[in-house]
Amino acid sequence: MSRIGNLGHRLYAGEVSYDFVERRKRWYAISAIILLLAVGALLFRGLNFGIEFRGGADFSLPKATCSVEDARTTAEEATGAQVIVTETASGTVRVQTEELTAAASSQVAGTLAEACGIPKGEVKVQVVGPTWGEEISKKALQGLVIFLLLVTIFLSIYFEWRMALSALVALAHDLVITVGIYALTGLEVTPATVIGLLTILGYSLYDTVVVFDKVKENTRGVTGQSIMTYSESANLAVNQTLVRSINTSVVALLPVLAIIIVGAGLLGAGTLLDLAVVLAIGMAAGTYSSIFIATPFLVDLKERQPEMKALKARVLARRKQGRSAAGAAVGTESASDDDAGVAADASIGRRTESGPRQQPKRKPRSKR
Amino acid sequence: MAPPTTSNPLRLLVALGVLIVGLAVWAFWPGTDSSVRLGLDLQGGTQVILKPKPVTEGASITEEQLTQTVSIIRQRVDGLGVAEAEVTTQGSGDGAVIVVAVPGVNQDRVVDLVQRTALLDFRPVWGLYPAPASVDPAADPSASASPEAAPQASGEASASPEASAEASASPDSSANAAGEAAPLIQADANTAEFQQQVAALDCTNPLNYTGGRPDDPQKWLGTCDVTGAAKYNLEPAFIQGTNVTNANAVLPQGGVGWIVSLDFDGDGAKALAEASTTLSALPECGIAGANPCNAFAIVLDGVVTSAPRFNEPILGGSAQIEGNFTAEEARDLANILKYGALPVTLEAVDITTVSPTVGNDQLRAGIIAGLLGLLLVGIYLLVYYRALGVVAVLSLAVAGVILYLTIVVLSKAIGLTLTLAGVAGAIVAIGITADSFIVYFERIRDEIREGRSLRQACDSGWIRARRTLLAADFVSLLAAAVLYFLSVGSVRGFAFILGLTTLIDVLVAFWFTHPLVVLMGRSSWMQKGSKWTGLDSGRLGGASVAGRRGGRSRRSSAETSPTDSSTKEVSA
Repeated sequence: MSRIGNLGHRLYAGEVSYDFVERRKRWYAISAIILLLAVGALLFRGLNFGIEFRGGADFSLPKATCSVEDARTTAEEATGAQVIVTETASGTVRVQTEELTAAASSQVAGTLAEACGIPKGEVKVQVVGPTWGEEISKKALQGLVIFLLLVTIFLSIYFEWRMALSALVALAHDLVITVGIYALTGLEVTPATVIGLLTILGYSLYDTVVVFDKVKENTRGVTGQSIMTYSESANLAVNQTLVRSINTSVVALLPVLAIIIVGAGLLGAGTLLDLAVVLAIGMAAGTYSSIFIATPFLVDLKERQPEMKALKARVLARRKQGRSAAGAAVGTESASDDDAGVAADASIGRRTESGPRQQPKRKPRSKR
Repeated sequence: MAPPTTSNPLRLLVALGVLIVGLAVWAFWPGTDSSVRLGLDLQGGTQVILKPKPVTEGASITEEQLTQTVSIIRQRVDGLGVAEAEVTTQGSGDGAVIVVAVPGVNQDRVVDLVQRTALLDFRPVWGLYPAPASVDPAADPSASASPEAAPQASGEASASPEASAEASASPDSSANAAGEAAPLIQADANTAEFQQQVAALDCTNPLNYTGGRPDDPQKWLGTCDVTGAAKYNLEPAFIQGTNVTNANAVLPQGGVGWIVSLDFDGDGAKALAEASTTLSALPECGIAGANPCNAFAIVLDGVVTSAPRFNEPILGGSAQIEGNFTAEEARDLANILKYGALPVTLEAVDITTVSPTVGNDQLRAGIIAGLLGLLLVGIYLLVYYRALGVVAVLSLAVAGVILYLTIVVLSKAIGLTLTLAGVAGAIVAIGITADSFIVYFERIRDEIREGRSLRQACDSGWIRARRTLLAADFVSLLAAAVLYFLSVGSVRGFAFILGLTTLIDVLVAFWFTHPLVVLMGRSSWMQKGSKWTGLDSGRLGGASVAGRRGGRSRRSSAETSPTDSSTKEVSA
């Protein structure tokens, strides 16, 4: 534990630094592959919509004594149509039929209860009209658009439009991956899944806002100096909030995992489990994207700005100068307007890569 | 940078304490119900989501129509004697839905009932009596007739349709009906006992003429006029509302008032022909009139809306109701005949039945998952943040207590019900709430690493964390608000709890976590920087919280971390 605690400090100080921003092409490539898979799965496999979206009737028989086959035969006789029967880990038999009237569903529930040896009152019945799912989806989509609009305005005011755009890119990334995993695995999409998906919106942005806040703080007045490029400042911010990001993800995932464990163990399929599964996937994607996608993408946008380009050129030139000065004449005064110590300080990225070899060259601060 | 001193931490803690005590007093005020109202998925029951559609193609649904529909459905459900049934609207305009939630099992009848738009039947009138109930139930009903109470209705269509609309739109009448409405007086045959019951019926009591108690069309019915002005003994129905194919308000040429024209389907037309042939041959109804007599009653949701007389046999499958109607009265009556009293047509889009056992299981699973989640998060925070972790766990506990009290208070105040989705929202919120503390604690550590003393770090770290926290929580709240206002069904319950916990999170961070950390920061134990504080020098890379070692540790940190100084130069 104290090791991790120590890592926190080293990350903060920049002693240990992961090149999240510098190696962004790699992360983009990884994400691109996952996104391609997700979109491909979505296009070719499609989503497995629950009855709330298709319309139909769903009977859950807890602690049923009948076999899946018995239930199927009984239900098909009662409805005169094909039915889908599944059994969950907790022993609940689930029968899904096409849409029934209220009276017919009550009758089928009675027949199934009798066949499976449980009281009729124990059967959980849901009958959904085919338009209901459309309704929910339409509402969800409407909510999504309005939320994105509002959040873009807020982030553009609080940060700037580039950060808002980057946050949205990260968000889209998370949503597509989550939906893609649903298409790939064929997990059933229920209204609870939609709730979860909408929650990921909030969570993913929340995570990104915390990282961006640090980026904003680190890069305030970044153009007024020539020690670090924008991407280096941003990378430092990601590293400095890394411990927070990890801790947050762990803390957010723990309750969700608790739901999955309890849900799978005690309940079988249901609102809680559906919700927890989609959240677990989305939160994992959200943490990944806030570190590997949001900030690198922001840097890409920022370094297109002329002043950031100028800064980069200035910093690189200065570094070159500083290094040649330090290498050529140890002890002689360098030509730069600052002292050599600061120039040496400037090569952060380099130092962390080359490790402690350069350490002896540094004069203790007190002697500077 | 000298951190500006924030408000007195003790004062904030006391304020929070007062708030919690206030909430608790409100929540557990003796004599009131202080339990959390559970949704049907947690206590078992039937939920029907109805999608209203405008009666005329292309029209949109008004708020008024919605309110009216809800109160009529509420009356129907309450009329069944189901306690605590809930009828609510979600959303507005064309996107609105009506959610009917009925606790308990085997509510097939409820489902059937609310789904039907028209609980309408046509019954031959056997007897017509004045409204005030005879005090002596044994008395002969016709003998108790008093002329001044005589309904003028005898021959003509008597009911004023707008009266029915008014009555059904008044919300308090339904509240009464829930507890007190007597069952309808119905019998298989017109026995002496049945006649006595009819005689005892008090039509001056609004409970008995506000409707909402659907009748069984196969049985005899004793009921009141919708205004409470008359009482009827009615034979089993000969036509049901479903047999009416069309109804319109028309102003006949040369006519005095508006009339309502009716069309029937095949069965209806046949029944109408038979009934009208029989009935028109009978003597007129009246106060002391004959039994049976020549009128028929249009019965809607258990009360007589109108009781016109048959003048002649009607053989063509269409009929007219005359009665000196105004245009509005005629139109309303026509709508009632067409759609029942509902101003909209309803489609049941989702029917869910959950048994109490499953509901209990879900509630238990939710609570277990929540506690397990809290436990895991608590352990993680304690191990990682040590003393600060204790603050975090306490903060989570305080947030939990406030959440519980708020839910109880809101259950009372605005009828909030806690659904499974809401429970899930609360569990998910554990992580988001804990994150606020993590952001703050990491900020404190950052400040200490930059060489500040613990006391300074607690304040300056807070100032920076506060901004992040508010921005991030605002995004969360925005998500919850948009979800709440745009969604229907279980999504709303989830969004509400998520939004509520976000607000509580901000409250707890500002009024509990921060003051407590500041107080702890002043203690000499924390200042010493033991490894149990979570702020020991080993973890902060030599930057100790201990002020007296400050100079030394700063130098050593500069030695081990060359970039430390550059960081400061960047931020300077």
